[in-house]
Amino acid sequence: MAIIDFINFYIVPGLLLGSIYAVGAIGITMVFGILRFAHFAHGDMATMGAFIALAVVGLFGVTPWTALPIAMVLTAILAVGIDRTFYDYLRKRPAILTVMASLGVALMLRSLVQVIWGVDPQTYQRGIVRPDTYFGILLRPRELYTFLSVIVIVVALTIFLRASKWGKAMRAMSDNPDLARLSGVDNRMVTLLLWTIVGALCAASGFMLAINTELTPMMGWFLLLPMFAAAILGGVGRVEGAVLGGLIVGMVEELSVLVMPGQYKAATAFVILLLILLVRPRGLLNGKVL
Amino acid sequence: MELIGLANYAIFMGILIGIYALLSLALNIQWGFTGLFNAGVAGFFAIGAYTSAILTSTPALNRMGGFEWPILLGWAAAMLVAAMIAWPIGKICLRFRSDYLAIATIGVAEIFRLIIKSEDWLTGGSRGITGIPRPFGDLPYVQSQLAYLALVVIAVLVVYLLVERQLKAPWGRMMRAIRDNEAAAAAMGKQVEARRLQAFIFGSAIMGLAGALFVHFNRSITPEAIDPMIATFLIWIMLILGGSGNNRGAILGAAVIWIIWSVSELLTDRLPTEVAIQAKYIRIFIIGLMLQLVLRFRPEGILPEERKRNPVGPG
Repeated sequence: MAIIDFINFYIVPGLLLGSIYAVGAIGITMVFGILRFAHFAHGDMATMGAFIALAVVGLFGVTPWTALPIAMVLTAILAVGIDRTFYDYLRKRPAILTVMASLGVALMLRSLVQVIWGVDPQTYQRGIVRPDTYFGILLRPRELYTFLSVIVIVVALTIFLRASKWGKAMRAMSDNPDLARLSGVDNRMVTLLLWTIVGALCAASGFMLAINTELTPMMGWFLLLPMFAAAILGGVGRVEGAVLGGLIVGMVEELSVLVMPGQYKAATAFVILLLILLVRPRGLLNGKVL
Repeated sequence: MELIGLANYAIFMGILIGIYALLSLALNIQWGFTGLFNAGVAGFFAIGAYTSAILTSTPALNRMGGFEWPILLGWAAAMLVAAMIAWPIGKICLRFRSDYLAIATIGVAEIFRLIIKSEDWLTGGSRGITGIPRPFGDLPYVQSQLAYLALVVIAVLVVYLLVERQLKAPWGRMMRAIRDNEAAAAAMGKQVEARRLQAFIFGSAIMGLAGALFVHFNRSITPEAIDPMIATFLIWIMLILGGSGNNRGAILGAAVIWIIWSVSELLTDRLPTEVAIQAKYIRIFIIGLMLQLVLRFRPEGILPEERKRNPVGPG
């Protein structure tokens, strides 16, 4: 097999899948790091975001990529609403109860999608798109846009977290919540901001998976395991770790078909998760261990 | 005639409630007494179901197995295999907070679903496994159902009594101590990790047994028989609503939720087809919402744990 074919058939799809995982894993790692619980509704929130984008496309007749920012805003509002309704009152109780509540929210979100949009696979746009060639590398426009969007999202988020006042507050909450509170960080505002970002990221990851494959009510649930594997592999609480972890998990998944049957692609994330918990639970970039 | 039909339905419900009661009791060992979040209950259930099915069924051309083992041996094997799969998972994840165990158990359930679907030679793929013997299966219908009900009730009773006894023993006190204050228990020289692993394996084995009871009742199994997320969730809500930390509560919750769940299915089945599919998902939505309501308004469940100090879950 020529190198260029290897790149086209394994590396590019791996990076594509990996960057979608990365966007989702950032949200997971932020909730895990700041609110200190595993958010199981993350995948189904991504599904919801993807379907909201579908509704926007249907209602206003805009292109999918124009619908994406609108869907991100709407999903962010939804995420804040879910936090206020279902998670907020549990914050004083053991965190594992919030994990449980989030599993319930996952089920509710998914069944809502199934009630509103049905169970059949759908797409944003019909028709086959031919890939363009860039120095021998085949890329469809939607794949190119996905890579560009992921880069924009990661860079914007990094700048926000490093340079802005609220970004620093969020990192402070993640590092040491008691100290952050003592220094006057507004807990509620950080939580509000967190869910805004998480909701928007969910919508982005769901949308990007859907535009590169198709929309199904279960798509988000299948994202959950790879996203958690990515977050833990990178180190819980580390945004750049989540990106790194997402890319690795996506790449390993695509490469795994070289050595094992394709239907077990989904199992690789699980194996990565167990291995990293076994040998280095802090993750590659020294995250938190709860 | 109506009455007989109703009685038959009641027996059928009774058997399923018994099987769910076993699952709820098993989850109570893991969550109620130890504070472990197993989000893959259906996975361990399916592992038990398929193990016993493969070992006890009649030989078939399209797959391995059909060893025609005695049924009781099949049940024992179901428990053993479920326990053996629980062991490494628990060993890796129980060092950390229960969130990690929850993620890993979701993984177990998903992977096992993949295996069921794709390994035709082992599990019969989407056609599933048929020809699974049923104890007292040769009797006429009603007697056979009654006999199976008795069998399930005995299984529930045995597990209930064993667990109750165990909890009254020093072991039970130690488990509650670990759950409520891990640091203090560790300081008293209790081996927190090993004990948790014990509870996780024990609970998983009983989930495997419940799977075996289910598969011999049904006489066949296909991948569609178990929807991991919904089954797991039903069992969780049974336990939380019934009262986690209380074995009678676990059994009561299984009965209440299973009756609500099946009666609502009877109702939605009468709707016209276009609406019926939507109604099915609305039922799932309501189950999710119910959990939120119980967590919010009655976190201790209908029958709270007897010691009042820490009503819900781990501290």
